[in-house]
Amino acid sequence: MLTKRIIACLDVDAGRVVKGVKFLNLRDAGDPAELAAAHSRAGADEIVLLDISATHQNRAILLDAVRRAARELFVPFTVGGGIRSLEDAAAVFDAGADKISINSAALADPTLITRIAERYGSQAVIVAVDAKRLPDGNGARWEVRAAGGRKPTGRDALEWVREAESCGAGEFLLTSMDRDGTGIGFDCEMTAAVVGATSIPVIASGGAGGPEHFVTVFREGRADAALAASIFHFGLNSVAELKQQLRAAGIPVRWPC
Amino acid sequence: MIAIVDYRAGNLVSVKKAVDHLGFPCAITSDPDVVERAEKVIGPGVGHFAATSALDESGLRAAITSAIGRQIPFFGICVGMQWMFDSSEEAPGVRGLAVFAGQCSHFPPEVKSPHVGWNQLEIKDGSRLLRGVPSDAFVYFTHSYRAPLVADTVACCDYGGAFPAAVERDHLFGVQFHPEKSGDAGLAMLENFCRI
Repeated sequence: MLTKRIIACLDVDAGRVVKGVKFLNLRDAGDPAELAAAHSRAGADEIVLLDISATHQNRAILLDAVRRAARELFVPFTVGGGIRSLEDAAAVFDAGADKISINSAALADPTLITRIAERYGSQAVIVAVDAKRLPDGNGARWEVRAAGGRKPTGRDALEWVREAESCGAGEFLLTSMDRDGTGIGFDCEMTAAVVGATSIPVIASGGAGGPEHFVTVFREGRADAALAASIFHFGLNSVAELKQQLRAAGIPVRWPC
Repeated sequence: MIAIVDYRAGNLVSVKKAVDHLGFPCAITSDPDVVERAEKVIGPGVGHFAATSALDESGLRAAITSAIGRQIPFFGICVGMQWMFDSSEEAPGVRGLAVFAGQCSHFPPEVKSPHVGWNQLEIKDGSRLLRGVPSDAFVYFTHSYRAPLVADTVACCDYGGAFPAAVERDHLFGVQFHPEKSGDAGLAMLENFCRI
């Protein structure tokens, strides 16, 4: 049976792994290559490295971190942050990434999704969607944000994922701006809405604080994978401990991991 | 030397990195002469079945066919495995290598496609490629098409019904998943191939 994936995310700023609450108040958590290897050994099914400052800093530090992290990593490895062109993507693939994640640049020009997918295959293109719940009106709606969550786009999340899928996206990395870093649980309603709007895998992100949150995002949110950063970095849980609890709840996971 | 065939469809860095890690000399190449002289050949593949038509134009198909004829071990990965069959629904009219019979087809509509993630193998006894790998190992898949079940199937996977995750006959090997991305189980298979 196809298992639910647990993805460890490393948010990298100026070459160091950091994790903020609601994208702010960054705390230093370590070296990306060391943490990527440690998470893989501990049973993470994939590693995502997001360069959260790349949009306005130089790329060389990132590429060096990607190269070092990729060297001894034999699980799928995704890199995102500041990828604006096919050339940017190519440099990241050459450094050892298996998939790239694009966000702001795809919103500005959806044909970028198509161009990268045509060269590297759709399986290598993750479209990251940062979405924020709009005040209650007629039912739940979520607005897509760009530039690391700083910039409202006025676009509806469900419309955007349909368009991005038709452009050749291979997976979605869906982050709840409302839940990110809070530890109060994933936005299952938003996740289920996006899963229902597309046919490609959806990775839920933002808000994980404990194993029970993963159980609910797989059951109620119908997510294909879930991503978390801070709960792993600060030793609140190991991946193995998390997976044991998922197994006990009847969620299929890769085990032993 | 192990030749990793580059047909300009996708990213081969991960395959090379894994073979490097195992300590076997290898090179990514699109030069038919290098493929002709190689001790072993890996046909990796991500992307579209139609991209394999580039192999015809570049002379790589002839080099691979010739190497296989001289009993050089060949290992097809993902689309590389699908290419070892006659054809695929994904690109009607594009010829495969046809060392295994049948046409690759899309997953049925009941299951989400592409099939992405870690799924479990059911390994049959006697495979050289899968020797030492736990018979229920998990490996990483990402694909929308699958090969037909053939007598040479050495491992099955279940997703929308059983499909071949690995095929093997004599010196010909193919896997639908990505051994270079499948942790220790995948590295063990790559090492088995490198040692054949």
